[in-house]
Amino acid sequence: MKTDFGTAILSGFDYLLENYPEVFVIGQGLWSPWYVGTTMTDLDKKFGKERVIDTPVSESACTGAAIGASLTGMRPIIVHPRMDFMLYAMDAIVNQAAKWSHMFGGQAHPGVTIRGIINRGGEQGAQHSQALHALFAHIPGLRVVMPSTVTDARDLLIASVLSPDPVIYIDDRWLYSQTDELEEIVELDLSKEGPECLMEGNDLTLVASGFSSMQAREVCDLVANKGISLEIIDLRILNPFDASKILESVRKTGRLLVVDGGWKACGMASEVISSVTEELELGALKSKPLRITLPSAPAPTSATLEREYYLSNDRLIDCIINLVR
Amino acid sequence: MEKPDLTNPKNFHSPINVSGMDLDLLIKFYESMSMIRKAEDLLAVKRRDGFIGGPVHLGAGQEAIPVGVSPSLNSSDFVFGAHRSHGHLLALGSSLHKLFAEVLGKETGHSKGMGGSMHLWDEPSGFYGSVPIMAGTVPLAVGAAISAKLRKSSSIAVAYLGDGAVEEGIVIESMNLAKIQKAPILFIVENNLFASHMHISLRQPSSYISRFADASLVPSHILDGNDVVEVFKTARNSINDIRSGQGPQLIECLTYRFYGHVDWREDVDVGVNRSMEDINDWRSRDPIKRLTESLLEINETIEDKLNDLNDELNLNVQSAWELALEDPFPAKDKLLEGVYA
Ligand SMILES: Cc1ncc(C[n+]2csc(CCOP(=O)(O)OP(=O)(O)O)c2C)c(N)n1
Ligand SMILES: [Mg+2]
Repeated sequence: MKTDFGTAILSGFDYLLENYPEVFVIGQGLWSPWYVGTTMTDLDKKFGKERVIDTPVSESACTGAAIGASLTGMRPIIVHPRMDFMLYAMDAIVNQAAKWSHMFGGQAHPGVTIRGIINRGGEQGAQHSQALHALFAHIPGLRVVMPSTVTDARDLLIASVLSPDPVIYIDDRWLYSQTDELEEIVELDLSKEGPECLMEGNDLTLVASGFSSMQAREVCDLVANKGISLEIIDLRILNPFDASKILESVRKTGRLLVVDGGWKACGMASEVISSVTEELELGALKSKPLRITLPSAPAPTSATLEREYYLSNDRLIDCIINLVR
Repeated sequence: MEKPDLTNPKNFHSPINVSGMDLDLLIKFYESMSMIRKAEDLLAVKRRDGFIGGPVHLGAGQEAIPVGVSPSLNSSDFVFGAHRSHGHLLALGSSLHKLFAEVLGKETGHSKGMGGSMHLWDEPSGFYGSVPIMAGTVPLAVGAAISAKLRKSSSIAVAYLGDGAVEEGIVIESMNLAKIQKAPILFIVENNLFASHMHISLRQPSSYISRFADASLVPSHILDGNDVVEVFKTARNSINDIRSGQGPQLIECLTYRFYGHVDWREDVDVGVNRSMEDINDWRSRDPIKRLTESLLEINETIEDKLNDLNDELNLNVQSAWELALEDPFPAKDKLLEGVYA
């Protein structure tokens, strides 16, 4: 039986709350069916409102509190129904969670998981749309995780929570309806996870994460019909970032395209391209590497502009064809 | 005598006290509240029927607050709102057509079609922006007040915020800063007892929020937010004090929204502690209904006048909508324009 991405996240929470008494969840909307899609439905009823805590509208305090609880023996997950709201918690995340291990000589372990949801489109506009993974991937001390497949949605959530480090787990609502077979749960060691090849091919290495990886999978067959064989690498772990699999792939295909749902400047696509090209042998590329990102502007609301703003599969296919030609 | 509990929906169903009030002003209140109600009821239907692509946060039931406050403001003041701000803007006399156009994402809208319902801007009316990040505008409003003070103008700032927004620490910081700067600002908290799905009793140890003002020694008033006359009188006095340099104040208006948190549904299912019984009780505290009853008590023949007024408003609202529907969307090159000045 196939499971959808949202339900896979729910089953990750279920597993964690069932098996680890030190896990608790805190954040806005956890007692209501519509805030976080189907990803947390009825957890409060099953595990009690003490361990599944809906909160006042206080992102900064709630995130700080989750970090404090993680320092003292718990494994909390703080949920932000939109990444945009998480910005009120920047001090807690960047100055505190990311720093405490190193700053205290490796003795403090803020093993908190901070779940930020990307929730865009639907004419919601500039403050209800942001994909800020690159902002967090800039910060040493934070592990940044972005699942794209149904299995990763569940297993990387579990690995994030079991990790002794602070983890930013970012899921995109545009992924929720995809379905796949779910295997048995495997408890992964997050520190050993990295980019994975989702599709093998010879003509072009396409690197993406989150929803962009799903788009890459969607166009794969369509470009295959046009005689282009894509190799798709899903980043999965954005920080600390390991470029080795991508490097290997580009040595084979000679072409590199990075598709990212964030902005271009100092973004994840830039990081991938520079990490690869600074290691790559001169002359190994058959065409210039390319980044496809959002336009350098906040998200508009108007439907006509929104259609321009977000990458369509058609535009992605055109870019791929142009690059390989 | 202690006031009956404002948070209990069984109280305050009777007509409001209008004694000593000018009849024309009362009719203005009626007109303005009714216009906002009709506009939002129309938005609810159009959103349900798929004409509007983005979320709309409707304030139906809360109209007495901006309608009571706005007559004491002028266009050189600085008014800031949040996600539920249609009424804040319309009560200033701002264009309904431009609001509808903005909600539809049209180039003729208040924010030129770049903002939609949740991001409104109308400088000529003194409206300096509404945004959906909770409490996001509150410190900005304090800054506008400091700017007015530094420039020795008589302008004041107004920050509309909800009972949920108060839970952001920045609101406490803002009140303290405003007080220590003696900034000319009025904080108006629309306490509708809910922040999206959650009743205030699940979020705060008290259902009244003005206690936060006490910590910064900001004078505060708690009142029936569904009594337009009480809002008017209290706001007028506060605004006079603030304009004369006495520093910030806060008015907490107890109220309730008839629609759910967002869009046209009643949201009984997703609201923790929201029930149809409560909604119906609050409908008995409807600010328009109570003012109407008071007007009819003064003079029964007023009914004809109110009916005429309603007919006229219906026409105006309908024609503003139709005009907005015909308007163009922003051109594609607007996407990259305006990121920088
Ligand atoms: C920083 C931030 N956190 C959370 C939200 C989600 N959210 C939108 S409106 C809302 C509740 C607002 O409650 P209140 O301030 O009382 O205003 P009301 O909706 O009742 O008018 C919440 C939690 C948000 N928009 N911004
Ligand atoms: Mg509220």
